[in-house]
Amino acid sequence: MVDNKNDKHWHIHTDEDNITWLTLDKVGTSTNVLSVEVIAELDSHLIALAKEPVKGLVIQSGKEKGFIAGADIKEFLKVRGTNDAIEMMRGCHTVFDRLEALPFPTVALINGFCLGGGMELVLACRYRIADENPSVRLGLPEVMLGIHPGFGGSMRLPRLIGPVNAMPLMLSGRTVSARAAYKLGMVDYAVPTRQMIRAARAIILKPPQPKQPGRLQHFLSHRLIRPLLGMYMRRSVAQRVSKKHYPAPYALLDLWIKHSDDPRTMLAEEAASVARLVVGDTAQNLIRVFFLQEQLKSLGHDSDFHAHHVHVVGAGVMGGDIAAWCALSGLQVTLQDQSPERIAPAIKRAHDLFKKRLRLPRLVQAAMDRLRPDVSGEGVAQADVVIEAIFENAEAKEALYRELEPRMKADALLATNTSSIPLEELGKALSRPERLVGLHFFNPVAKMKLVEIVHSTQTDAKVAQQAASFTRQIDRLPLPVQSSPGFLVNRILMPYLLEAVVMESEGVQPELIDRAAVDFGMPMGPIELADTVGLDICLSVAEILSASLGTTVPDKLRTLVNAGNLGRKSGRGFYAYKKGKPEKAKIDKETEAPADVTDRMVYSILNEALACLREGVVDTADHLDAGIIFGTGFAPFRGGPMHYLRSQDVSVMKQRIESLAQTYGERFKPDEGWQELK
Amino acid sequence: MAQRSSVKTSKMRPVYVVDGSRTPFLKARGKPGPFIASDLAVGAGRQLLARQPFEATEFDEVILGCVMPGPDEANIARVVALRLGCGQRVTAWTVQRNCASGMQALDCAATNIATGRADLILAGGTEAMSHAPILLGPDMVNWLGDWSKAKSLGQRLKALGQLRPAHLKPIIGLMRGLSDPIVGLSMGQTAENLAWRFKIDRERMDAFAMQSHQRLAAAQDAGHLSEIEALYDSRGHVHDQDDGLRRDTSMAGLAKPRPVFDRHFGMVTAGNSAQITDGAALLILASEDAIEKHNLPVLGCIADSEWSGVDPAQMGLGPANAIAPLLKRNRMALEKIDYWEINEAFATQVLAVIAALNDVEYCRTELDRRTAVGEIDEACLNVDGGGVSLGHPVGASGARIVLHLLHVLKRTNSQRGIASLCIGGGQGGAMLLTRNKD
Repeated sequence: MVDNKNDKHWHIHTDEDNITWLTLDKVGTSTNVLSVEVIAELDSHLIALAKEPVKGLVIQSGKEKGFIAGADIKEFLKVRGTNDAIEMMRGCHTVFDRLEALPFPTVALINGFCLGGGMELVLACRYRIADENPSVRLGLPEVMLGIHPGFGGSMRLPRLIGPVNAMPLMLSGRTVSARAAYKLGMVDYAVPTRQMIRAARAIILKPPQPKQPGRLQHFLSHRLIRPLLGMYMRRSVAQRVSKKHYPAPYALLDLWIKHSDDPRTMLAEEAASVARLVVGDTAQNLIRVFFLQEQLKSLGHDSDFHAHHVHVVGAGVMGGDIAAWCALSGLQVTLQDQSPERIAPAIKRAHDLFKKRLRLPRLVQAAMDRLRPDVSGEGVAQADVVIEAIFENAEAKEALYRELEPRMKADALLATNTSSIPLEELGKALSRPERLVGLHFFNPVAKMKLVEIVHSTQTDAKVAQQAASFTRQIDRLPLPVQSSPGFLVNRILMPYLLEAVVMESEGVQPELIDRAAVDFGMPMGPIELADTVGLDICLSVAEILSASLGTTVPDKLRTLVNAGNLGRKSGRGFYAYKKGKPEKAKIDKETEAPADVTDRMVYSILNEALACLREGVVDTADHLDAGIIFGTGFAPFRGGPMHYLRSQDVSVMKQRIESLAQTYGERFKPDEGWQELK
Repeated sequence: MAQRSSVKTSKMRPVYVVDGSRTPFLKARGKPGPFIASDLAVGAGRQLLARQPFEATEFDEVILGCVMPGPDEANIARVVALRLGCGQRVTAWTVQRNCASGMQALDCAATNIATGRADLILAGGTEAMSHAPILLGPDMVNWLGDWSKAKSLGQRLKALGQLRPAHLKPIIGLMRGLSDPIVGLSMGQTAENLAWRFKIDRERMDAFAMQSHQRLAAAQDAGHLSEIEALYDSRGHVHDQDDGLRRDTSMAGLAKPRPVFDRHFGMVTAGNSAQITDGAALLILASEDAIEKHNLPVLGCIADSEWSGVDPAQMGLGPANAIAPLLKRNRMALEKIDYWEINEAFATQVLAVIAALNDVEYCRTELDRRTAVGEIDEACLNVDGGGVSLGHPVGASGARIVLHLLHVLKRTNSQRGIASLCIGGGQGGAMLLTRNKD
């Protein structure tokens, strides 16, 4: 048997039926990840097992909540060069090959997350059984980190389920439920928890024929067909991401087209391809973004605050959608407004959201039952969190707080979704202003992961921590920001949008402006974004910011709003909209935008970012980057504005902003923050 | 005939009604409405529970009346209790006494409190009549059985060849539910029987129907229906009023529709019958201990109740036969009752009940009395409308009339009321309500 020093992360046990159970319970972490050490230990077990006369091997997780979440991403950051990376992956290939070659049946018992490296490990087993619990997710999401599967997944998944099923999964990084995985053929069975052990035993004692893709899939994997299918897939990838910004899916397609005839070559080329990607800027920046997200998530750990009931006042777009999101997240929610008619549209939107996300009628009904329209405000007294999301009027909000405060539980949070009124002012209405905190959600709530946790000088630090905890409870990312005009996201976004509007007024074609921004890596151009947000909302935010920051509001914005052209929602803004889609003029690739279009937009962001950091709107440059990436979609592969700034030649950039200031005046005046950059 | 004791037992504990609410009653419009029966009950109950000083988990039990729960609503009371957040430990059961199911639920709850078996109960009724099932006939069910056994192509073709268009004729569950299987009459035909027996003409029925609409309209305008809790459907609509009300009702208008049940020469029309509606009503019943423990307000008391059996062919007279012994046991003259709710299954049926109670011959033969019980003053009867104007969701009506009568007593600062309804199959139920425990 194996000696004890190898029993650190893996526990081995052979039962009376001579079935060996290998359980991963990684020391010192709550989730299992495949570190180099974990893989090495697995290898020593496999070497020993190969000589044992056992009936079969079951690999399972010792963690209650999940199987294996993936490779240890921290180790990716330590990779020194391509050779280093290749060595690491080839080492893992050897181990998984050994697992695959075991002379007896091998079964993976999958609970919770089975992603990336974890998925690749189970693909090397002969059989896979997944728990049908909804918490189970399977997939190969490596492209999200700018790489593609590197532990044999790009070879084994297409071989198991065929290219038509496998490639889109890997190209998009999408994860699937146990049921879906069963339908795709990724797992042999999806069973209830109570049947997991019995299923594993039954398979080993009487092994069925392992799953194989159908004949059509064989045909589509043929050397002569692959380039054609590949071309088709490349086109659908190109609709989502460009090769320049996100090379990983393209590399994966090339790999499959060129090398998938021979598993040996495929594995060698897989390692080489991932190695090339992982040392690149995109992967390193996306990995950075992953850790930024982890950093924001950890902000929720400072308090053990746990809400059961949320009361939302104001059933408009924001309030209604916040309420729906909270109910979807399992909380009891009461939604208050002045009349049933104001609440009804929010109930419809909530129902649509629940239907889309939960699908099963039983779960939709339960979510609808959790969301209670509450005109009379009975929920105030029961709520652990009261969120005010009424219209932006300080007096109305203050009057409401005076009504709410005496009825609220003593330890309940009082949060405002205001985007423009200073908390200090609103706090005046409260006998305990220190309990007021901002929870600034973004529209659409169900898509935007970021929530700005706004604290004023009066806000109790504990309250801000509780708000961050609550934000995590509903699976959003908390970003602590100071109560200053526009907070972080709007303040940085607005100069960028306004600069685009100014350029449009100067006569630059809006299509060209948007194209330049998308080329830089923005998810959507600023002109289309302004239309989408609503020009009236842009105008009001711009006016609030102009009062405090001295920015000028372009006349064009006012003209459009006054004419009732509010953007997408009214069918016309900068663009005309048909069925919610902008009608953009076709511009051929040769037409070039004026040379400084991109710089004018990007430097607006960078300059404002430096100002925010200098003023302490956020605590750290990392927080700023995270906020801008998750709050605006700022090119994630660039790692955030501050990271982008630092990765460039600062002296060149300083010169550039000075020249922009000379040409366009005051609004590009370099912030003092530039001085401190080296 | 088994009858309850004519003397009230004094050992019973008083039963209090703390609070209650109901959904608006939504008229069935040919298609299933936006809410199933448990949705309705949850809609009636969630704000009711939210405003109580105790938790939903503190109920001893939940009792609901419902005649036709949906396919996913077996023991609908339990479904509703869990959906309302009462938790797994609160038990729940469903009762069915046809049109009086909601009142039966209250009676069961009252009994359990009176005898000391429970202190705090959520009780009432719910019905989504628009969701009544469409059934397959026995021929079709037999055919489906053969079909599922046919395996080979030949067997399947043979089975297909045996399918006849007549097999596909659906059975409308609601129509069957509203017919008496013993005497073979529809409920409307039993009402025609009463019109014939008590010589009630079409004009008299229509006048009563018009008054029902007028009274409901006035009650809506005066805000006298505060027990209604708005419902929100998934398409973004609010339902906050009984939508069967026709404010433009006139005698000329009511004279138009043709009789529905005795097609050629009858008098009972859709205009002077209760509407088919969806709705729910829930009440919170409590013992004295529970009132003190949670410091609950008291809306009124359920003092006593009585059930009667009558000829199924004249089921509409049930209330008369329940009211008389109820008054007698409580040593009360009819005049002592300040307000009445007699559910309007049919205009003519309520008129027949009034006539019967005031008819010496009827009281002598049917109620074993020497004199008539007395005349119910229509001014004190169904003062805010009834089944004709706002509908009769069979499982819910019994609870609705009790709840509303308590609100009427409170509003008028009066002392006593009787809520009563007729029951398909030939029964009647009546409940004596008081403002204070006597």
